[in-house]
Amino acid sequence: MTTATAPATTAKKPRGHNAGISPAMRRTKGEKVFTVVNVLLLTLFALICTYPFYYLIINSLSNNQAAAAGEVNWWIQGLHWDNYKTVLGLDGLGRAAWISVARTVIGTVLTVLASAYLGFMFTQQKMWKRSFWYRFVVITMYFNAGLIPMFITMKNYGLTNNFWVYVLPAIVQPFNIILVKTYIESIPSSLQEAAEVDGAGTFTVFWKIVLPMCTPILATVAIFSAVGQWNSFQDTLIYMTDSKLYSLQYLLYTYINQASSIANSVKANAANAAMLATATTPTAIRMTVSVIVVLPIMFIYPFFQRFFVKGMMLGAVKG
Amino acid sequence: MQTSSSTETDETVGMTGGAAAVLGREEEAALDAREPEHLSRKDRRARRKAAKMAAHVAGDKKHAFRLWLYVAPLLVLVFLFSYVPLFGWIYAFYDYQPPIPLSESKFVGLQWFEMLVQNPAQLRTIGQVLLNTFAMSGLNILTSFLPVIFAIMLNEIRAKWFKNLIQTLTTLPNFISWVLVYSIAFAMFSSTGMVNETLMNLHLISEPIKFLDSPDQVWLKMLLWNLWKGLGWGSIMYLAGIAGIDPELYEAAQVDGANRFQQIIHVTIPQLMPTYFVLLMLSISNFLNNGMDQYYVFQNAFNQKWIQVLDLYVYNVGMGQNSLSLGTAISMLKSLVSVGLLLLVNWLSKRTRGVGIV
Repeated sequence: MTTATAPATTAKKPRGHNAGISPAMRRTKGEKVFTVVNVLLLTLFALICTYPFYYLIINSLSNNQAAAAGEVNWWIQGLHWDNYKTVLGLDGLGRAAWISVARTVIGTVLTVLASAYLGFMFTQQKMWKRSFWYRFVVITMYFNAGLIPMFITMKNYGLTNNFWVYVLPAIVQPFNIILVKTYIESIPSSLQEAAEVDGAGTFTVFWKIVLPMCTPILATVAIFSAVGQWNSFQDTLIYMTDSKLYSLQYLLYTYINQASSIANSVKANAANAAMLATATTPTAIRMTVSVIVVLPIMFIYPFFQRFFVKGMMLGAVKG
Repeated sequence: MQTSSSTETDETVGMTGGAAAVLGREEEAALDAREPEHLSRKDRRARRKAAKMAAHVAGDKKHAFRLWLYVAPLLVLVFLFSYVPLFGWIYAFYDYQPPIPLSESKFVGLQWFEMLVQNPAQLRTIGQVLLNTFAMSGLNILTSFLPVIFAIMLNEIRAKWFKNLIQTLTTLPNFISWVLVYSIAFAMFSSTGMVNETLMNLHLISEPIKFLDSPDQVWLKMLLWNLWKGLGWGSIMYLAGIAGIDPELYEAAQVDGANRFQQIIHVTIPQLMPTYFVLLMLSISNFLNNGMDQYYVFQNAFNQKWIQVLDLYVYNVGMGQNSLSLGTAISMLKSLVSVGLLLLVNWLSKRTRGVGIV
């Protein structure tokens, strides 16, 4: 099928290795046009994806009058940090940040440990009715009771207006357990057997042998869990009425809505125009809080991208 | 035997020799100086425990049960947070008004379910909600080929740094919450947002365009935000798929005289089809589960009619209007249909490909 019946136009021989990529010098005109258009389109989409973040950052740092007039589109005008000082001084914000950090740290640590532990324990062939219990856990991935029954249940547990509702339901994640279990099964079991011959118990094997070997997969689990916890919004909306327990995301949402109503009333009231020019505006507060909320993600993301990608791959392999 | 083996470890790891290893106190003094010694000390303790355990556990059966007991606390968590809520479905058959406990609530049988299909006003609302759900899910499925194209475009870039840069920048939106997406939407598209201000400053428009507070093209707008957030991330799976294609296929195509476009059409795309198919099946099985975050944050009085998908409707009915029983009834129907869809898609997948998706 792939014999030398190639037409004359392809006189160039593919080079032995690296043949999947055609060398740059033998691009046809059409291919050159394609490359240029391709690069332009990709750049455009990348700009669309990132410009809003840039816009938020420069506006939160610029003169509020210029920002309100829509003049800050490309570069900071009149750099000042007053918005950040004001926002960080807001009463609810510090507490909300604390709640968000706490749920992210506690939730991530617990779910990583639980995933590792369950993933490992479910490789223990000797466990009583192992495959039944494994299915008991994994099958929960495919159904859920729904929002309202979940709310009623949490209310009955006394978990509404309770910090632990952020953490407890998220500890056992079937998907993570599958990931870890698959990973452990790929480690030669001779290691564990050797340790057992030396007299190591189940916990020793887990803590000393399995856990250190699982770091790559656990890092992936940790990153996904941390981003999920940090970004979570719905649980605050449903379970919390006590503003002391609001997460940063939820607080941002309330700010946006308040800002929109305040901004409208300010627009209607000309007397307030002077105030708009000098003081911190609702818009400025909204943008500044947004930057504060997105900053952790933007910082960790480039460094952990490979973990995200790897996690996605592993998930794909499992289907 | 246990003790001797661990002493040996101590001797090899910590250079203080046997003395410190035997005398626990001294070892503790040297603890903060050397991490490995600390580890092996713990190790020894655990081994001693294990040996004790081995002595106590007589039969395999006991050991098997003990292993189960080790995980039981976590199984209890699963039961409490995944299974118990299912019993909450019972509220769908009562007239449950929150302060009154269920035991004193009136049993109404299928009243809520009948109401869903009999009350004309209710029926119209449900119809609109289902229409929205189908439209949003349908549009997402119709555009599910875009990540494939994006991956192919990205793969055609030779410069590795550029490829990585584009990938990093375009996957970033996937990792921010919908609240932040809304905040961005507000900053860019509200009546005082960047787009309107720019257009007004250029005197292209005299009145701000209402991008967010309008009932027009809500489905399309939601689709575009979805793509903005998910396109880059969605392509990663396909990029990996492309990287996994056997280079011999390209070699063969080149020998046959295929140019780059022909290679894409005849090699890359067919090779990506299995991955695409699996993801398509998964999105079909999630047809009713649009989630509510996105639609909740973008929801307002103007666009509510067109933005209210099933998940959001359940929330609005149950939490907003406090009709917990009706909300439960809809939740329950939705969950049952979802599981049914999943089983159906899985069966289809088994029939056509020989492998299930779950």
